[in-house]
Amino acid sequence: MASIWRYLLAGLGLAALLVGILAVVFLTAPRSSLPAGPDVSRTKNTANALFVASFAPERGVVRQGELQSWLLTLKTKAGVPVEGAAIAISGGMPLHSHGLPTSPQATDYLGDGRYRIEGVKFTMSGWWQVHFAISATAGSDTVLFNVVL
Amino acid sequence: MRWLSRFLALMVAVVLAGCGKPDFSDAEKKTIASLALSALPPLKPDTTNRFADVPAAAALGSTLFFDQGMSRDGTVSCSTCHKIDRQFQDDLPQAVGVGHTNRRTMPLAGVARDPWFFWDGRRDSLWAQALTPLENPLEQAGNRTAYAHYIKARFGERYERIFGPLPDLSTVPANASPLGTDAEKAAWNAMPDDEAEDVNRVFANIGKAIAAFERSIEPAQTRFDRFALDLATGAETKGDAVFSREEILGLKLFIGKANCVTCHEGPRFTDSGFHNTGVPPVADLPPDRGRIDAVRQVDADPFNCFGAFRDGAAAACGELRFMVRDAPELVRAYKTPSLRGAATRPPYMHAGQFSSLDEVVAHYAKAVPSVEGTSEVHPLELSDRERAALVVFLKTLSE
Ligand code: HEC
Ligand code: HEC
Repeated sequence: MASIWRYLLAGLGLAALLVGILAVVFLTAPRSSLPAGPDVSRTKNTANALFVASFAPERGVVRQGELQSWLLTLKTKAGVPVEGAAIAISGGMPLHSHGLPTSPQATDYLGDGRYRIEGVKFTMSGWWQVHFAISATAGSDTVLFNVVL
Repeated sequence: MRWLSRFLALMVAVVLAGCGKPDFSDAEKKTIASLALSALPPLKPDTTNRFADVPAAAALGSTLFFDQGMSRDGTVSCSTCHKIDRQFQDDLPQAVGVGHTNRRTMPLAGVARDPWFFWDGRRDSLWAQALTPLENPLEQAGNRTAYAHYIKARFGERYERIFGPLPDLSTVPANASPLGTDAEKAAWNAMPDDEAEDVNRVFANIGKAIAAFERSIEPAQTRFDRFALDLATGAETKGDAVFSREEILGLKLFIGKANCVTCHEGPRFTDSGFHNTGVPPVADLPPDRGRIDAVRQVDADPFNCFGAFRDGAAAACGELRFMVRDAPELVRAYKTPSLRGAATRPPYMHAGQFSSLDEVVAHYAKAVPSVEGTSEVHPLELSDRERAALVVFLKTLSE
């Protein structure tokens, strides 16, 4: 009879080992998505809530590795288009400590608070950030968009 | 009691079996599919070179690429360094033409898809690139009026069928160039503007013909591509498309823990961008600061996209227009090379710093700081087995 206890003990030991192995595998496995995922919304309040900004590709889809035009739309809280804004653009990949591969510029004002941002290019998949410094008659503010490819 | 021991044995067997099978997460499968040659989009037209897809231009370009007459002393052609049977490179740490250069010859498969050329990207089109070695004193060491005379004498008819009438060169000096010796520069400066412009146009057309030829140099299918295709279609892998456990481990590391795929991405295993990876300089070579010094050169190049010799609309010049001109990360940043075929063409890096893939992987694991600027590479915890697996995986891109 003593032997059954031996088997049970051995069984428990092996089960514990299995749990241990599984834990290691799961804890070290590369995560398929980003931890907690950055906020990728395309419309945001600027940092000091001066404007509401939207940032989206002009032709709808993001194409990796290609120069693209995006549109930055700026409105006040009350929904009034922001005109004549000066816009400076920076950004990069926070996890790879490098900046944008191009230097995008606001090249055109299309009316209705919409600014064409040309020269946007995301060379690799992953988490990108695009930062805008906006200065208009209503004041200066900044906004950061996350783009995950 | 029996069943218990059997059950336990079965459990252990199940766990062990799970390790050997090539099981990939959905995210891994997606990444692997993005690396396969079948994901390579068709080559886009080059509107800055209206002869890019003209067969007669490519044929002339091919002749010029292999013609040693295209050099000062008649001994060097593009193919002296870009050898057709060696992936269009020469297996040397630094190329040797008329003189000993400071950089390694780059292989050319798929090069027409890049926005920037040379290790530092100091040219912005394939045709503008081709003009540079022709006048580099260490490479072909010629000068542009000599090339114009040579084309007229040797290939006049073929040239004119493609590009139209050659200019009258009877008053053009035999040797003159804005980049040559003092005598050549003086001769160039003495030429009337329209004559210089005529010669520049012939020179640009030489580049356009060579570029048309280079567009046909494309990467070939490898064992990795056959493996990736079977994985994507769910077909059972057969023959040489079957990956060993070590190759699978290497692939998983490449797209996972070792982070290689962040820069070596897409079907050409390159993001076509510039990165400082902390590769040390070679003693005795002149200082080399990579991309940061190339920005000024490409802006100043009269054959760049904004120059007078571009065909088509300036809308094609986005890369030059929106080029990053000043950023600390450009210091000692070099173009990410494709890894297709890399295993069979050592040495590696922009000046042949490493002589084997083992050395390359050791470099990435250690991630020494850059002598100047900041390396983007971070140290990796890799066991000996994992390092070997990465190398074994890279070899599947050459088979
Ligand atoms: C003396 C050897 C030599 C000769 C001759 C030579 N090349 Fe190169 N080639 C090199 C080296 C070295 C590099 C990289 C140089 C650098 O980064 O400064 C290179 C780079 C290139 C690149 C850029 C590839 C890339 O991925 O950016 C192309 C394209 C190219 N050469 C084509 C040509 C053509 C066309 C000719 C003839 C007109 C030619 N080469 C003549 C050695 C040579
Ligand atoms: C930050 C971007 C980046 C990452 C990450 C990266 N590489 Fe590279 N790789 C480069 C650049 C840039 C070069 C050329 C550097 C130079 O010549 O100075 C290069 C060169 C190479 C070469 C030499 C190819 C040749 O033709 O000279 C190999 C092989 C290579 N990398 C493999 C890897 C492997 C394996 C990993 C992962 C462990 C990796 N790379 C990670 C950017 C990167």
